[in-house]
Amino acid sequence: MATIPANEGFDAHDHAHDHDHDHKPAFFARWFMSTNHKDIGTLYLIFAIFAGIIGGAVSGMMRAELAHPGIQYLGYFAELLGTATPTFDQQLHLWNVLITAHGLIMVFFMVMPAIIGGFGNWFVPLMIGAPDMAFPRMNNVSFWLTFVGFLSLMFSAFMPGGTGQGAGTGWTVYAPLSTSGSVGPAVDFAIFSLHLSGAGTILGAINFITTILNMRAPGMTLHKMPLFVWSVLVTAFLLLLALPVLAAAITMLLTDRNFGTTFFDPAGGGDPVLYQHLFWFFGHPEVYIMILPGFGIISQIISTFSKKPVFGYLGMAYAMVAIGVVGFIVWAHHMYTTGLDVNTKMYFTAATMVIAVPTGIKIFSWIATMWGGSIEFKSPMIWAIGFIFLFTVGGVTGVVLANGGVDDNLHDTYYVVAHFHYVLSLGAVTSLFAGFFYWFPKMSGRMHSEFLSHLQFVIFFIGVNLIFFPMHFLGVQGMPRRYPDYAVAYSYWNEIASYGYVVMAGSMVIFFVNIAYAFLAGKKAEGNYWGEGATTLEWTLSSPPPFHQFETLPVIDDAAHAH
Amino acid sequence: MSLADTARTAGKALRTFGRTLGVAFALTFGTAAMAAAPAAPVAVAPVAADSTAAAQTAPVDAGSYTPMAPTPGKGMPVDKGWTFQDQYSPTGEEALFMHDVILMPVIVAISVLVLILLVVVAAKFNKRANPVASKTSHNTLIEVVWTLVPVLILVVIAVPSIRLLAHQYDPAPKGAVTVKVTGYQWYWGYTYPDNGGFEVISNMLPDEEALKRGEPAQLAVDNRMVVPAGEPIRIQTIGSDVIHAFAVPSLWFKLDAVPGRINEKVLMIKEPGVYYGQCSELCGARHGYMPIAVEALPRDKFEAWVKTQPGGTVGPAEAAAPAVVPAAAPAEAPAADASTAPAA
Repeated sequence: MATIPANEGFDAHDHAHDHDHDHKPAFFARWFMSTNHKDIGTLYLIFAIFAGIIGGAVSGMMRAELAHPGIQYLGYFAELLGTATPTFDQQLHLWNVLITAHGLIMVFFMVMPAIIGGFGNWFVPLMIGAPDMAFPRMNNVSFWLTFVGFLSLMFSAFMPGGTGQGAGTGWTVYAPLSTSGSVGPAVDFAIFSLHLSGAGTILGAINFITTILNMRAPGMTLHKMPLFVWSVLVTAFLLLLALPVLAAAITMLLTDRNFGTTFFDPAGGGDPVLYQHLFWFFGHPEVYIMILPGFGIISQIISTFSKKPVFGYLGMAYAMVAIGVVGFIVWAHHMYTTGLDVNTKMYFTAATMVIAVPTGIKIFSWIATMWGGSIEFKSPMIWAIGFIFLFTVGGVTGVVLANGGVDDNLHDTYYVVAHFHYVLSLGAVTSLFAGFFYWFPKMSGRMHSEFLSHLQFVIFFIGVNLIFFPMHFLGVQGMPRRYPDYAVAYSYWNEIASYGYVVMAGSMVIFFVNIAYAFLAGKKAEGNYWGEGATTLEWTLSSPPPFHQFETLPVIDDAAHAH
Repeated sequence: MSLADTARTAGKALRTFGRTLGVAFALTFGTAAMAAAPAAPVAVAPVAADSTAAAQTAPVDAGSYTPMAPTPGKGMPVDKGWTFQDQYSPTGEEALFMHDVILMPVIVAISVLVLILLVVVAAKFNKRANPVASKTSHNTLIEVVWTLVPVLILVVIAVPSIRLLAHQYDPAPKGAVTVKVTGYQWYWGYTYPDNGGFEVISNMLPDEEALKRGEPAQLAVDNRMVVPAGEPIRIQTIGSDVIHAFAVPSLWFKLDAVPGRINEKVLMIKEPGVYYGQCSELCGARHGYMPIAVEALPRDKFEAWVKTQPGGTVGPAEAAAPAVVPAAAPAEAPAADASTAPAA
């Protein structure tokens, strides 16, 4: 008996590392009943890539249809999805299903699972020196709720949804189009999908908050946490406060649809605009939920490859807190044309512009972090620098849109589409790729090809700008969003955008080739493959880290900040 | 003031240049048949002239109306356009000024500044140029500067922005023509409550029909919303089934048509013309197929149009408005109109 503790002690554990005997569970138990934060993170990433392929394919269908005026492909797509000889209205309904699916998939099943579920799960415990998340089983529930939510959304595409099959309400699911305007179970399935993934995400948020507040290694005060952890902490609070409001709003939609309530039906004393207030009270924090962890990732990368600590660390952390707080009091700038009164509109104009201040602090602090550095342009750094510029472009058009009086013309035009794709598709997604190339060798143990990653960046950069920059022109010329067809005057820029999609899709092929290359021929990654600039705790571990890490807690050196 | 005027002129010149470029492209390559089609009516005398003649010969009470031919490039998107449409309302001009003269320079400057900083940093502080990284991580002064300067810029933006909002919300004067715009799936209804309460139902024209009439496809409608030019109009919007949005880009006007509530805003169109717009809130399958065409006419022609409508009256409220009303519009005329004028 006396020998057992010795065998199970630290020596034995180190021994296990050396020989890669991590006592991992068998396949089914490991991947379907997982309680390991790294495995769950991997599941989230694989899921997000899969959902991203579907969401990206949907945007390909949309860009094909929009390449020229007139309706060319919608009938063909409708037949593919099971409607034999679709009527014109059914074809147009399919268009609305596509825009709805694209939005919901990209927001709830691609960006959020990847950036919070994937990178958050993988690296929050590693960066704070914790062995795992606070509630490992709940972590598993979070993932599978999200997964089932995705299935529910996929099913909805094959259900009757009013004019045609599928939910054609837009990702915002505005009443009364989503209630009396869409008969049939498709919208119910889409709403249920949001319920499921929302519940999963709330559980995840609780898990992150508990983990970060309680499980930091000795010596790691809140003000010493890496900025990525800060960003996830702020994001988790936003999720916890915003998602229940969405859940309430869509539950009211469900009861309006099925149980005779009239929350949003004026015939029974309800108000359709109430739904918009509830939705955007969630929806605006939601956009920060998608971008804040990206800010965190970019901060880690800029610091690593400049070989400098982050400039203005406290300002950076509290800028994110400020963005999170202000993000809750600007929601009605999505509703400038709904008939708000003049004082309300003035308030939301002023409050919205305030967000530019903490955002500006972040942009300038990143540049100041690079200033005086010794920068290496490794693949994550290239993506991070691209992020800073693209996010700036998306941010300044946000300042234009913030002005209620100016927005009267731009609201619901392609200018808005350009704006939010610059901050999300070119911002959040670029930060996802930056994070992916930063940590992929850490997660997989294999180095990706730097060349392919650089090549992907250049082609991606050209492609997304070709897609989205012309949309500013379409927007100021007055082209409305969510249109399958348009006046001939809009055809030039639409055609260019569609070519841009092809270029962007090409960059995605390179991405998958790069992953394949890494697994087939990539060289083994060392523990700290980025060298001296990489100072956070995940770089003290092997690549990939052991199945269970930090069984002895690391102690954070206090020398730099001696009391 | 002179600075503002100069800037406004410059903005206009820039847009004209862009359009010229676009037209030149279109003419050179001649790919878009559309670019040529609307150009045709320019050569011909505007159809509106005919309607004037008609108004003079026909009896006043019966009213008369011939749809105005749109001016190419006015009140509609232009081929390869990359700037705002020219504005034909006072608040539209103010908003365009706000965008072109205040917002655009600021956002371009910020984007260029960030780009330049990134290029400088990449050139000066790469590994080869600067092998040893500094350890600087704080500089209170610069952090205060890059917090306060954006605040100042935003204040400079906020002042004219708030003023613009106040102007957009000026209430319509008493006696202004009221048009109640109703959004239906998937067409528009324009009701004139002070002019006899008739409703004009407006559907999109098929592409061939639109082209035949010299109008842009996807934007042309069978019955336009006709309003007087040069005076404030009260626009009220409501949705009959789901939410729609009444939007006309060249008038800087967009207002949701929400079931169960009436939204109201003033609209002033400076000069006669045809101004196109499109539904701007997702409203179901044919969301993209319910365009808007607003035809602004001089007061007398507007009144002549009203009289062609079933039950259309020109009441005392309108008579008070500053307009050259031909002779008199007798109070008993409405009744006669209602019975005699068929739905044209």
